[in-house]
Amino acid sequence: MRMKTALLGLALGVSVSTLAFAGQITINTDASDPAPKKAFEELVADFQKANPDVTVKVNTFDHEGYKGAIRNFLTADAPDVVNWYAGNRMAPFVKAGLFEDVTDLWAKEGLNDQLKSAASSMTIDGKKWGVPYTYYQWGIYYRKDIFAANGITPPKTWDELKAASAKLKAAGVTPFAIGTKALWPTGGWFDYMNLRVNGYEFHMDLTSGKVPYTDPRVKAVFDKWAELVKPGYFLENHAAIDWQDAVPAFVQGKAAMYLMGNFAVAAFKSGGLKDDQIGFLQFPSITAGLPMAEDAPTDTVHIPAKAKNKDDARKFLAFIASAGAQTKMNATLGQLPVNNKAEKPSDVFLDQGFAMLSNAYGLAQFYDRDAPAEMAKAGMEGFQEFMVKPDNQAAILERLEKTRAKVYK
Amino acid sequence: MTHASAISRSAKRGLKSRVLAPWVFLAPGLIFFTIYVLIPIIRSIWIGFFDWDGLGEMKWIGLANYVELASDESFYVSLKNNLAWLILYLLAIPAGLAIALFLNQTIPGIRIYKSLFFFPFVISQVVVGLVFSWFYAPDFGLLPALIKTLTGANIAILADEHYATYGIIAAGLWPQIAYCMILYLTGLNAINPEQIEAGRMDNAKGLKMLWYIVIPQLGPATFIALVVTVIGSLRSFDLVSIMTSGGPYGSTRVLSYFMYEQALSEYGYRMGYGAAIAVVLFAIMMVFISLFIVRMLSEQRRA
Repeated sequence: MRMKTALLGLALGVSVSTLAFAGQITINTDASDPAPKKAFEELVADFQKANPDVTVKVNTFDHEGYKGAIRNFLTADAPDVVNWYAGNRMAPFVKAGLFEDVTDLWAKEGLNDQLKSAASSMTIDGKKWGVPYTYYQWGIYYRKDIFAANGITPPKTWDELKAASAKLKAAGVTPFAIGTKALWPTGGWFDYMNLRVNGYEFHMDLTSGKVPYTDPRVKAVFDKWAELVKPGYFLENHAAIDWQDAVPAFVQGKAAMYLMGNFAVAAFKSGGLKDDQIGFLQFPSITAGLPMAEDAPTDTVHIPAKAKNKDDARKFLAFIASAGAQTKMNATLGQLPVNNKAEKPSDVFLDQGFAMLSNAYGLAQFYDRDAPAEMAKAGMEGFQEFMVKPDNQAAILERLEKTRAKVYK
Repeated sequence: MTHASAISRSAKRGLKSRVLAPWVFLAPGLIFFTIYVLIPIIRSIWIGFFDWDGLGEMKWIGLANYVELASDESFYVSLKNNLAWLILYLLAIPAGLAIALFLNQTIPGIRIYKSLFFFPFVISQVVVGLVFSWFYAPDFGLLPALIKTLTGANIAILADEHYATYGIIAAGLWPQIAYCMILYLTGLNAINPEQIEAGRMDNAKGLKMLWYIVIPQLGPATFIALVVTVIGSLRSFDLVSIMTSGGPYGSTRVLSYFMYEQALSEYGYRMGYGAAIAVVLFAIMMVFISLFIVRMLSEQRRA
């Protein structure tokens, strides 16, 4: 009897694995946090409804663990669709021939038009390597009530920002919350300082290694930045804490501003802040007349070059690129759809973010996605050191230049 | 004739099995040692000569990784920190001995006290790291609160490049002292009571008794404590990773963490460079390991 069931199981196993080639796709995703996970589950369910002949198998990985795991499964046992990020972050996989060229899909589905805003960050060597499905804005979130209590209006220029900071500091409130233990929050500051002082083109040239870090224009960025660092406008001891650990300071009113991505709003609200206590402002202009570019990291899906079922994987990519799917998905995610035909979720911060990004001169991905990994690591470590010891500026920049010379050969 | 050949055949068989048997018994150990230790070491040394991101082509660059290492500031920071770890970690030996002597008495409930002192060694290093990061946390930690009430200064140990490494070493000493303590406690059990008695008759007391009679008998325990402490200090990784991730700005890196960062972390994937760091760390460890092995062998020969 037992033998029989075992055989039956074996037979079933065989038939399942043969079926696998007829319309099954495997998706490896890092959507492990509650909102992304739900968004992905809904997306897959809708995709199956639209394509009943395709079975979808989803493997969800832990968000951090995924970054290491993807290197293994792309080379060893490739799934049919994977999550990743746009910009230089996908370059190692593209260069190693591990991602499928999907330029044909962009042309066929009219994505060149619908996903236009993200087209450049999905392009390497003139080809498209994946499909973006969501992005979110960065900017300064501020405490409306604290601003009002101190008679501060949201600053639009650098001088206004400095004046507001001085006022807050005098009132015993730290102007900026930040936690730099994980390094990347410093990247947001550098991005904005550089985008505002030198502009989008220069920032892109710098992150792609065309400009030395010892260039006087980079020095100028740090000189401006020092105007906030030296008077102590950032949360003390930020090097010991993560970005989440700095949220309580913002919620308790010990700090009044926070340069962050839109995902931070959820953390502010779960800390007890109401919508009317939080305001959003675009990072103020520094060099007058410079067109304003923004940080807007984009999340993407790709087809591994070694995928077994590329036809159905293409169907899935086309589906996730579509306006309908992106509308629904981003409503769950609380982020912005990339497809310009999709409807954005109704949320006061997303409305402001969307308005800002639609008028943006250019979109940067983020320092650690625009610059290659090794440069990003050294860079952000330097930014952190600068934010603790602004006097080390010259030494830091020289060290970064040494790294740049090594990284971009 | 037939008889004689039968004897020689069985003798031959005996000889054969005497030659074979040790290898058969050694085989499992040798096979696993080869797969999990020898081959990885050789592979690491080999990879150290390449420029490789773990995905693409391996490019032979000879000694370039080592040349780069020689001019890499982070490498010297790591080396310096490893040295600090090595020296300060040795404090675990006298501290462990002191606690062991203190606990080596027969009063009711002594087992409970012993277990309490041994507790930090039982819990995971990750937990030790977390406990200490909260202990040091600038806003709600006990230590900064204490320092603040005493001196009025606000110090965030793990955010300050001058204190951070020492803060982590202090966290590491907590379980390491417990480990040395347990080694000494078992050592103290094996002490010959007659010698103590004889010493007492000759009027040896207190420190003299400790120095001339107890400590010499604890030789084997001290040796083991030294070995595990030195090796433990050189492989320190988990605490650094948990408490500071090598920060602030890389000032608490040690060689093992530096290797992980370069080869395996989110911003790393320089396999060749990471392997080169591993080879250097291996060479440093080999110095100590060889010293220990030489001592152990010479002692076995004497015995």
